[in-house]
Amino acid sequence: MTDIHQIAETTGHPNADLLVEIEHVVFGYDASRTILNDVSLSFGRGKVTAILGGSGCGKTTLLRLIGGVHPVDRGTIRIDGKVVNARNAAQLFALRRRLGMLFQFGALFTDLSVFDNVAFPLREHTDLDESMVRDIVLMKLNAVGLRGAAYLRISEISGGMARRVALARAIALDPELLMYDEPFAGLDPISMAIAANLIRTLNDTTGATSILVSHDVQQCFKICDYAYLMSSQGKVVAEGTPRQLNESEDPQVRQFIRGEPDGPVRFHYPAKPLAEDFGVTA
Amino acid sequence: MTGLVSWLGQRTLEILRILGHHATFLVELIRACPAALRRPYFVVAQIHAIGNLSLIIIVASGTAVGFVLALQMYYALVTYGAAESLGLIVNLSLTRELGPVVTALLFAGRAGTSLTAEIGLMKAGEQLAAMDMMAVDPMSRVLAPRFLAGVVSMPILAILFSSVGILGAYVVAVLLIGVDSGNFWSIMQSGVDVRRDIGNGIIKSIVFGFICTFVALYQGYEAEATPEGVAHGTTRTVVIASLGILMMDFVLTALMFSTP
Amino acid sequence: MGKKSIETLVGIFVLLGLVGLVFLALKAANLGSFSGGDTYTVTAYFDNIGALKVRAPVRSAGVTVGRVAAIHLDPKLYQGVVQLALQRDVQFPTDSSLRILTSGLLGDQYVGVEPGASEKMWASGDTVKQTQSAVVLESLISQFLFNKAADAGAAPGPASPASGAKK
Repeated sequence: MTDIHQIAETTGHPNADLLVEIEHVVFGYDASRTILNDVSLSFGRGKVTAILGGSGCGKTTLLRLIGGVHPVDRGTIRIDGKVVNARNAAQLFALRRRLGMLFQFGALFTDLSVFDNVAFPLREHTDLDESMVRDIVLMKLNAVGLRGAAYLRISEISGGMARRVALARAIALDPELLMYDEPFAGLDPISMAIAANLIRTLNDTTGATSILVSHDVQQCFKICDYAYLMSSQGKVVAEGTPRQLNESEDPQVRQFIRGEPDGPVRFHYPAKPLAEDFGVTA
Repeated sequence: MTGLVSWLGQRTLEILRILGHHATFLVELIRACPAALRRPYFVVAQIHAIGNLSLIIIVASGTAVGFVLALQMYYALVTYGAAESLGLIVNLSLTRELGPVVTALLFAGRAGTSLTAEIGLMKAGEQLAAMDMMAVDPMSRVLAPRFLAGVVSMPILAILFSSVGILGAYVVAVLLIGVDSGNFWSIMQSGVDVRRDIGNGIIKSIVFGFICTFVALYQGYEAEATPEGVAHGTTRTVVIASLGILMMDFVLTALMFSTP
Repeated sequence: MGKKSIETLVGIFVLLGLVGLVFLALKAANLGSFSGGDTYTVTAYFDNIGALKVRAPVRSAGVTVGRVAAIHLDPKLYQGVVQLALQRDVQFPTDSSLRILTSGLLGDQYVGVEPGASEKMWASGDTVKQTQSAVVLESLISQFLFNKAADAGAAPGPASPASGAKK
């Protein structure tokens, strides 16, 4: 196990070679609420980039837009130079073959076994015969440490294990782009460390590009090369390497990084003055 | 006053929107069917889940209905000395009406609700979104096979319902009550027409299978991703499918069986 | 559940359905008996077809030998034109007559064939004019009343004061 901190420190700004570029994207699920307000992000090839922010700031939506689930209202998203067109089914099909996504709680197929879950993309997209499929599945499960659990049913494995099975499934076709939606949410410290280690190791050994959406600053900073911080207004508030963000003087950045309960993001939900609610006259 | 009018207008527009949503879903579902048929194993597996696993309730209900029909009709007919026509009346009631309708209602309750719950939970657990991201069309992989399985299973179940119903009536009428066996069958045979009665019954059950399965899949797909959402979805499946079946039954009966 | 066992079970399910269908068609309906097949057509003209329906049986000596194929009205003669589909293996002499009869007291109406004595037989496409219409209830009643009135007219004495008192 290589020193994750060292790797994160040496790699710098991902300006050189960008796999994914998000330019001035505006998006809302319906006309009344705009989730993303003119955001621009870029993700370097072969790097692990994190998107941090509180709940509801549009991080998961960004992943969906990259995957072409919804078309953007304004702006463009480019993957490997090509614009993502959510309405072009053939293009989406080709694009999604090259990416792997890890959903928040795994999104495993509950009616299949662990083995069949990991084998799913192989069986759907390749003509490999069953013996080859078996070898690949066991290799992927081995990479996440679950080769022994191959024939268990989904109902028999724990949450942390389910996350790892989902990861094995996401890398089954050796994708170039890996997207992780809250990979650390709800895990115990050991599982979290395992997950973080896996994300970084996989990224480096396969040469893939990883996008990590999370609100766990500690774990992300341990493994990412670059990070973006988003606010609940759907804007990018800050970006930089973990060291740069740690040393930032911006109050919004400091509140999030340090986990302070009150700051630019207010503790109190907007309400009437205290005196009014309790009938106390000044 | 204007408030009422605008409320009515909004509700009408909402209903039209929902109708349109149903139509687009139906079109996408049907468009996904050829792709689903290219992987027949998934359809077959669903026929097992929907059809085979409904056999017990259908056969049990069919037999029970056959018993009861024979009993009730006997008491009514024997006062006119027409007890020999028992077989004919039971057959016509079953193949024309009770077979397709009761089977469809049971199907909506048993298979319809399980389809709704399954699809709803799959959607809630992001399984369908995960499939989408893996460049596998959930329509052709998950929904269309279930749709085809439902449309195929319903007629088979209805036929079985009618068959065991007639056999059940035979048991009660001939073996228990003592109606003449020969007359039971021959009067039935002379009065029941294959094309008109059995054929129309099968057409009805295909239409009902279509309605039931479509409603079940739609409600599951559109259910809210919460336990209450799925519960409401299953309730709506049973209610809407049942109402649809009964209304279509009236329409189809009027079309098929009105005397020329 | 292995792949093979599921497929086998579904096969059994479909087979059960087919068996049920065959049972219904043969044992419980009239497929086993005459339907379609080899027939020849004979056209008959009736003054009144009564309640005769398409697909009603054609019987001779009580045995079904055919079905009514079509019924329509001749616009010039104002007579009912009934097309009969008769089994090819049953032949009737050309002077046979057709009657519309009722099966049982309240039953459906059918076409009865009274065979004649001619040596030539009906060929496909022949027209039959020796027909007797269906019995219409109203004609029966009016006939009955007419007969009753005729009887009353033959014995005028006791009848008149009675009919006078009725007024």
